[in-house]
Amino acid sequence: MTALAVDAPRPKSRFLLDRQEIIGPLFIAPAILYVLVLVAMPFLLAIYYAVSAYTIFDPTYRFVGLKNFTDVIASEVFRRTLINTFVFTIGAQVIGLVLGKFGAMLLMQEFRGRGIARALVVLPWAVPVSLATLAWQWMFDSLYSVINWTMIAVGLMDPAEPWQWLGQQDLAMVAVTVVHAWRLFPFAVVIFIAGFTSVPKDVLDAATIDGAGFWRRNYQIILPIIMPIAVIALIFGTVFTFTDLSVVYLLTRGGPMNGTQVLGSLAFQVGILSGDVAHGAVICLFLFPFLLVAVIFLLRMLRRREI
Amino acid sequence: MAAVSTNSITKRFGDVTAVDGISLTAFDGEFMVLLGPSGCGKTTLLRIIAGLEKPSSGDVLIDAQVVNDLPPRARGIAMVFQSYGLYPHLTVWNNIAFPLRTQGTPREDIKRKVEWAAGLLSIDHLVERRPRQLSGGERQRVALARALVRDPTVFLLDEPLSNLDAKLRASARSELKQFQKTVRTATIYVTHDQVEAMGMGDRIAVIDHGRLRQIGTPTEIYEQPADEFVASFLGTPPMNLIERDGGSLGFRPENFLPKELLNGAPVVEFPFRIDRLEYLGSERILYGALDGRAAKREVTAKLPAHAALDGISPGAWHKFAVREKELRYFDRDGRSVRDPKRPPP
Repeated sequence: MTALAVDAPRPKSRFLLDRQEIIGPLFIAPAILYVLVLVAMPFLLAIYYAVSAYTIFDPTYRFVGLKNFTDVIASEVFRRTLINTFVFTIGAQVIGLVLGKFGAMLLMQEFRGRGIARALVVLPWAVPVSLATLAWQWMFDSLYSVINWTMIAVGLMDPAEPWQWLGQQDLAMVAVTVVHAWRLFPFAVVIFIAGFTSVPKDVLDAATIDGAGFWRRNYQIILPIIMPIAVIALIFGTVFTFTDLSVVYLLTRGGPMNGTQVLGSLAFQVGILSGDVAHGAVICLFLFPFLLVAVIFLLRMLRRREI
Repeated sequence: MAAVSTNSITKRFGDVTAVDGISLTAFDGEFMVLLGPSGCGKTTLLRIIAGLEKPSSGDVLIDAQVVNDLPPRARGIAMVFQSYGLYPHLTVWNNIAFPLRTQGTPREDIKRKVEWAAGLLSIDHLVERRPRQLSGGERQRVALARALVRDPTVFLLDEPLSNLDAKLRASARSELKQFQKTVRTATIYVTHDQVEAMGMGDRIAVIDHGRLRQIGTPTEIYEQPADEFVASFLGTPPMNLIERDGGSLGFRPENFLPKELLNGAPVVEFPFRIDRLEYLGSERILYGALDGRAAKREVTAKLPAHAALDGISPGAWHKFAVREKELRYFDRDGRSVRDPKRPPP
């Protein structure tokens, strides 16, 4: 006797979501839509405005070719801004990452209250940037600066001539860079802690037995092992800083005399506050080649990691 | 001469005593195995000898010198870890050369030593590769080569075979033993695998709950277990233990045979009810109970597969027996008693 149970054929539509050629596009569609609407559109719009004479006072479209670009490049303020942007980005990365690494090393140690310390370190991240900058503004204040007070107290500064942190161009640049490094610091700490935790204990023990002291362990074993993670953090931080305008805008408004303008803040100043959309768009587009290089580098790193 | 000794080593982690007063000595050229279940403190003891952990009390002596306050690199030890601890970003060559570089060895000496070690372990064709491009067995050899170039007084090996698959482990076991015989360096080998311990160790130190239970050659450990723990930890299946006058009576399953197979020597007879029977190819394991005696666990008998099994069937009582000289006695505290006051009834 053979009695095979045969299922009644089910309607095909029931298995529609089991088919990869349908479910795949369905799942990826939101991401593509997001990129098209919120990334590609604004980007094309920026190019569209950059070759026009569009201002909010004269919203008719008139094609002017590359005239806006030559205007911007010729401008003294723009060139200063470009240099500032690099100083700001590189300075904040170096300070943030170096301090982040040492912060992470300290927080890897066993000590009482480590959990609280780790939570506190993340605070600069969690505090709204406007609030944090307000606190920094007081620290850099011409009269009430605690930084100056401390430096006078330890004899590093002449009380008759206290530094005007936000009033001198070089010092103001240092100030915005330091504040931004302070914002990056938690991210760097978290990334480095994750990196340190990923180094197998056996490898560290082996290095200890093989005679590697503190520095050799750190720079010949740990750092090379976590390098891929660190590089990704660096590129991410670079992109994040390069496009940032919040610290500069909140702390100095780009001043004194455009001494701390970065591309983001200048574009905002020109394009939105002054209403010159066309020139604002051009300034924004100058971010693009640098970010492109950073992103290509990042993607190559990621691919190398996979192999 | 003693290569390594530990003198009443104790290690506490908070309330937990991981190592509880262990004293042992490994001699020059000896292969000493620390055997025990996981969490017994054997790895902690090894790490204390290496200097990766500080003992709460006690001394470690290497080459007749107290090394308690010496850092690991100055102790003349080399260690191979369970997952090998190779440097993933360095080539095999640089992995092996690393301990030499930290000592500031001249370049030509490094080259000579690395080539020698790689040749000895036949990994000279792999020196340009990175650890992730190697198989488990190859990684283990690289770790050994890296340990070897340091020219240590003692090798410390922490379960180096446990990451290999079963087949590779068997061949790696004999290679490792062969390697140790060639270089003749004292070796302390930590494992929870009794087959590794029995097969490789010149002497075995059995550890449980941080205490040294017995130390001796594989034969001594197996034939004359010092206590019930050692008796039941070694052997598959372990020694049968049955209660007797508050203490216990023990015999190995392979010595517990049908009475008619034991002729000549004086024997002690036990009626044995077989509950089930396992055929393992080379042997058969019989599980069951003894008549009128409380056993501490199920009683087993191990018979060669070719032994006549006429009439032996599950559910029935059979006359089984043990030669008197194969019986072991343990007192109330589970310690071995050499000379029982009374013969068993």
